[in-house]
Amino acid sequence: MASGKHRDNIKQQSKAAAKKSGNSIASRISNSFRNHQQVAVDSLDRLLASISGTLMIWIMIAIAMALPLFLLLFLQNLQQFGSDLDEASQISVFMNTTTEMPRLEQLRDELLGRSEIQNVEIISAETALQEFQASSGFGDILSGLDENPLPPVLLVTPLAQDAAVLQPLLASLQDYPEVDEVQFDLDWLQRLYGILNLAQRLTYMIGLLLALGVALVVGNTIKLAIENRRDEIVVVKLVGGTDAYVSRPFLYTGLWYGAGGGLIACVLILLAQLILQGPVSRLAGLYEGEFALVGLGISGFFMVLLLSAMLGWFGAWLSVLRHLRAIEPG
Amino acid sequence: MIKFDAVSKRYPGGQEALSQISFQLAQGELAFLTGHSGAGKSTLLKLIMLMERASSGQVFVNGQNLNRLSRRQLPFFRRNIGLVFQDHQLLFDRSVFENVALPLQVAGYDSRDAARRVRAALDKVGLLQKENQNPIRLSGGEQQRVGIARAVVNKPALLLADEPTGNLDPQLSAEIMRLFEEFNRVGVSMLIASHDLSLIASLEHRILSLEKGRMIRGATETSAGDL
Ligand SMILES: Nc1ncnc2c1ncn2[C@@H]1O[C@H](COP(=O)(O)OP(=O)(O)OP(=O)(O)O)[C@@H](O)[C@H]1O
Ligand SMILES: [Mg+2]
Repeated sequence: MASGKHRDNIKQQSKAAAKKSGNSIASRISNSFRNHQQVAVDSLDRLLASISGTLMIWIMIAIAMALPLFLLLFLQNLQQFGSDLDEASQISVFMNTTTEMPRLEQLRDELLGRSEIQNVEIISAETALQEFQASSGFGDILSGLDENPLPPVLLVTPLAQDAAVLQPLLASLQDYPEVDEVQFDLDWLQRLYGILNLAQRLTYMIGLLLALGVALVVGNTIKLAIENRRDEIVVVKLVGGTDAYVSRPFLYTGLWYGAGGGLIACVLILLAQLILQGPVSRLAGLYEGEFALVGLGISGFFMVLLLSAMLGWFGAWLSVLRHLRAIEPG
Repeated sequence: MIKFDAVSKRYPGGQEALSQISFQLAQGELAFLTGHSGAGKSTLLKLIMLMERASSGQVFVNGQNLNRLSRRQLPFFRRNIGLVFQDHQLLFDRSVFENVALPLQVAGYDSRDAARRVRAALDKVGLLQKENQNPIRLSGGEQQRVGIARAVVNKPALLLADEPTGNLDPQLSAEIMRLFEEFNRVGVSMLIASHDLSLIASLEHRILSLEKGRMIRGATETSAGDL
């Protein structure tokens, strides 16, 4: 009789086990997907339920994200402005005053044949003198001289703007015996580029540090959340919750912190762009330039959102790794 | 179902909480675990739940040597054991229904199947009409029954209870014990720690007695169920 009961028990248990393992892989995947979805929604609800605290963290993250982005965009705009100036830059090749017109034309044709040169314009000594007289107001003094003191000039417009091409070009121009001096106002531009480059690297470093800061802020907030939900974690672990299951709500919370902060950062940048657009185009108008501000753009927006969401997730993951595993029932 | 083989447990910096414990609990058996305060009852249950690990000796559950169970396997192992606490350990940020559903949620049951099982468990402990309430508004006895519903909802083969009637009056305690016997009758193996001697003496089940970490009675008895 007793063994009959025993056998019944076993039958019952194996039936229950069959039912449990009867969960097909497909249904288990769809269940796990639903769990993710539900946890994502739940953790967002939790954040929205305590909106003032959440907002504070979002804004903190937004500022940390927006600051390096502002700097980067500012630098990018400067660079674009610089390259606008570049296009106007020409090389002035001052010839010996004795160089005659035929030789100048010959030189021009020779230079035009070179691939790195876009255009060559001859300014004869006479033209130079006329221009100078017209623009300087020293016309009378100059016309008193019996000899034209100004040299003829070749205005060379290079095709490319970067130093790697320009440097040898300038050197080779200097090599002609008739050339007195080669002047090129790229020096300050190059210095500007050097500074911009440095500033950009600095910004990347600041960005990296601030990103680390974001991860730590999220991590610390998650740490508090973990401590607040300690009892729940213990119970869930006792009824068989895996580490992944227990961590999931916290990882999603981190994700939402990051994504929310990123969204606000994008809004801040957009606002700044709207505010600056007017004054900048007025300023550009003064310089007869056409200058549109470089903004984030759609892809930049998504990049920022993705990056900050990932940062939040990462911060939460660090925190979960450190604090959640330490919570064990017992 | 459970087998202890010369198991000792020493907490770090403490004396031995359990020494040289050997006993077996057969499949489908119900046994009480008793002893004075500090005798080691909770410690013994914790070893079975792997909330603590034995310092020496071996614990087997369902033929599985717990010394060989990895951290990764632990959650899946625990899903086969229901656990009832003295202080019920309910979560007050969710309803009775959600508390009971927790083990199913954790194991990835789909929600319709889970709802059916939760209602069946709540029905068995007589709390079906309170499923939407917050457990904080229930009486002590009702809270304990919610805890029991949660422990049995995924039909574990083994149920452990640590002082499940510790905070209840005699009448409620007897009611809870009847509930346990009902589950035992459908085949669940049970080990119930309690120092309510008069109550457990009135029920005809095997009694394991601990004293200062040693098992002084019941270790070699065979259970009524196996006779
Ligand atoms: N986490 C721990 N660290 C150190 N010592 C502990 C720990 N838990 C229990 N002990 C000690 O182990 C011994 C057994 O404790 P245990 O909780 O198992 O007793 P118990 O029989 O459940 O007592 P009670 O009836 O009071 O619940 C006690 O001496 C206790 O002080
Ligand atoms: Mg105890």
